[in-house]
Amino acid sequence: MKKITPIMVHTFLILASIISLFPFLWMLMGMTNTSSDILKGKFGFGSMLMDNIHKLQGMTHLGAAFYNSTIIAVVGTIITLFLSSMAGYGFEIYHSKAKSRLFGLLMLSMMMPFAAVMIPLFRMFSNMGLLNTPTAVVLPSITTAFMIFFFLQNTKSFPRELLQAGRVDGLNEWRLFTLIYVPTMKPTYAAAAIITFMNYWNSFLWPLIALQTQDKKTLPLVVSSLASSYNPDYGIIMVAIVVTTLPSVVIFFLLQKQFVQGMLGSVK
Amino acid sequence: MDRKRNKISLNGWQFVAIPSALILLFSFYPMVQSLLLSFQSGKGSVYHYVGIDNYIRLLSDPIFKQAVFNTVLYLVVQVPIMLLIGLVIAQLLNNPKLRFKGFYRTAIFLPCVTSLVSYAVLFKSIFAVDGILNKMLVSIHLIAEPVAWLMDPTWARVVIIAAITWRWTGYNMIFYLSAMQNIDPSIYEAASMDGASKFRQFFGITIPMLKPIILFTAIISTNGTLQLFDEVVNITKGGPGNATMTISQYIYNLSFVYTPNFGYAATVSYAIVIMVAVLALFQLKIGGEKR
Repeated sequence: MKKITPIMVHTFLILASIISLFPFLWMLMGMTNTSSDILKGKFGFGSMLMDNIHKLQGMTHLGAAFYNSTIIAVVGTIITLFLSSMAGYGFEIYHSKAKSRLFGLLMLSMMMPFAAVMIPLFRMFSNMGLLNTPTAVVLPSITTAFMIFFFLQNTKSFPRELLQAGRVDGLNEWRLFTLIYVPTMKPTYAAAAIITFMNYWNSFLWPLIALQTQDKKTLPLVVSSLASSYNPDYGIIMVAIVVTTLPSVVIFFLLQKQFVQGMLGSVK
Repeated sequence: MDRKRNKISLNGWQFVAIPSALILLFSFYPMVQSLLLSFQSGKGSVYHYVGIDNYIRLLSDPIFKQAVFNTVLYLVVQVPIMLLIGLVIAQLLNNPKLRFKGFYRTAIFLPCVTSLVSYAVLFKSIFAVDGILNKMLVSIHLIAEPVAWLMDPTWARVVIIAAITWRWTGYNMIFYLSAMQNIDPSIYEAASMDGASKFRQFFGITIPMLKPIILFTAIISTNGTLQLFDEVVNITKGGPGNATMTISQYIYNLSFVYTPNFGYAATVSYAIVIMVAVLALFQLKIGGEKR
C-alpha cells in the first residue's frame, strides 16, 4: 500500500474522467429518448430526437430564447470589455494616489453577495421602467471589479514605451488607448471575452428576476422552467440543455488556451 | 516635471470615471439601499422604518436558521473535499511522464463549461428514483434497492454536494496545475532520493508550496458557496421540506415567491454580507500568518 503504481494512477484518473464526462453522454442520449425512458435510466441512444425537437418547438420559443441569450451575451460582452479595459488601463497607466484608493474601494464589490443587491436593483429597474428588457439584464454587470482587475493585471506587462512613441507622434491620450493599447492587448481581450461571454450566457438568478414574459426569457430560464413544471418532459429538456451547452463547449474546444488563460488571468 | 505628471494623472480620469461610476451605481448604491431597507417593513411600495424589528425576527426564524445551517454545511463539507480532490488530480497530472495527460485534463475540466442550470437539471434526472444511477448501483450490488435521493433530507444534501463538486473540481485543478509549473521538479527528485513517499511529498512539498493559491481558491469557493442558488433551485427546489434551502434561495423566496417582504429579505441578505466579510477576514488572517 506504500507504493503508488501507474495502474492505480490511471485507474483513478479514468474513473474521474468517466464521472466528469458521463453527464455529457447522458444529455446526448437523453435528447434521443422519451421522458419515461430517461427517468427509468435507459442507457443508450433512442430514436426520439426529431420528436423531441418538434415537441420542444411546440411548447416554447426556443429560437427566441436562443436569440435573447445571444444578444445579451454578445452585446453585454462587447460593452463590458470596452468599459473594464478602459478602467484597468486608466488605473494602471495613470497611477495616482486618489485613483488607487478608488480602485481599492471598487475591489470591495467583488465580495458583495448578489443576493444583497438584487432587491434594490429590482426596484431601481422597476422605477426606470426597464424590467423585462435585455438592458436590465446587462446593466448590473456592465463593468465588474473582477474584469477591471483582470485588465489591470495584464496591463502590467504592457510595453509603455509604445505610449511614449505614440505621444511623440502626436496622438492624444484617447487615441493611444484605441490605436495602440487595444490592438497590442488582443490576447488579453480574447481571454476576457470568453469569461465574460460565459458569465452572461449562463447567468440565472438576475435574469430570473429581471425578465418576466416568455418571449424575453434566456436559455437557462427556459431549461429551468421546463424542468420545474408539474410533469416535466425530460426528452425535450435534454434538447434544450444541449442547445444551451453546445456554444460553450464549441468555444472551449476552439479557444482552449485563451479559455484557461481567462480563468487563470486574475492570479498571474 | 511635477506639473507634467499631474497632467498625465488627470488624463487618466477620462478612462476610469465612467466604469467606476457604474460600479458605484450598480453595486455600492444598492448595498446601501439594502441596508436601509433592512430596517423597514411594508407591502407593495409603502415602507416604513421599524427599527431592529426585522433583526429580532431573524433570530427566531426557523427557516432562516435552517438555511444558514444548510449553507454552512455545504461550505464545511463540500469546499475541503473539492479542493483536496482538485489538488490530488493536479498532483497526478503534473507528472511529465504520465500518458494521456491532455485527455484527462480536458475531461476533468469540461464540467466547467456547463451552465449551472443545465447541469443541475441533468443531475436531477440522473438521481431520479428509478434513474440511471440507482440502476447502476443496484446492478453492481452497492445498494440492495433504489435510494430516493431527492426525497430524503440527508441524501438530497449529498446530491447537492456531489453536484457542486462535479462542476467545480476541474476549475480548481486548473489553478493548481498552473501554480505547480513554478515548483522546481528537482525538489521532488531530491525528496524521492531521500526516500520520501508520494504521500509525504504531497503533504510536505506540494501543499506548503501552493499555500497562496489554495487560499485564493478557498476564498473564491467560500464566496460562491455562500451565494449558492442555481443548483439548489433546479435540483431540489430547496426540499424536501426546507432541507436543502440556502440563504440566497430564502431571500429570493421572501422577495418573489411568498408575499413579497423586501424589508425582511434585505435583513436576511445582510446575514450573508456579514458571513462573507467575516470568513474572508478569517481566511486572509490564516493565510497571512506564515508567509
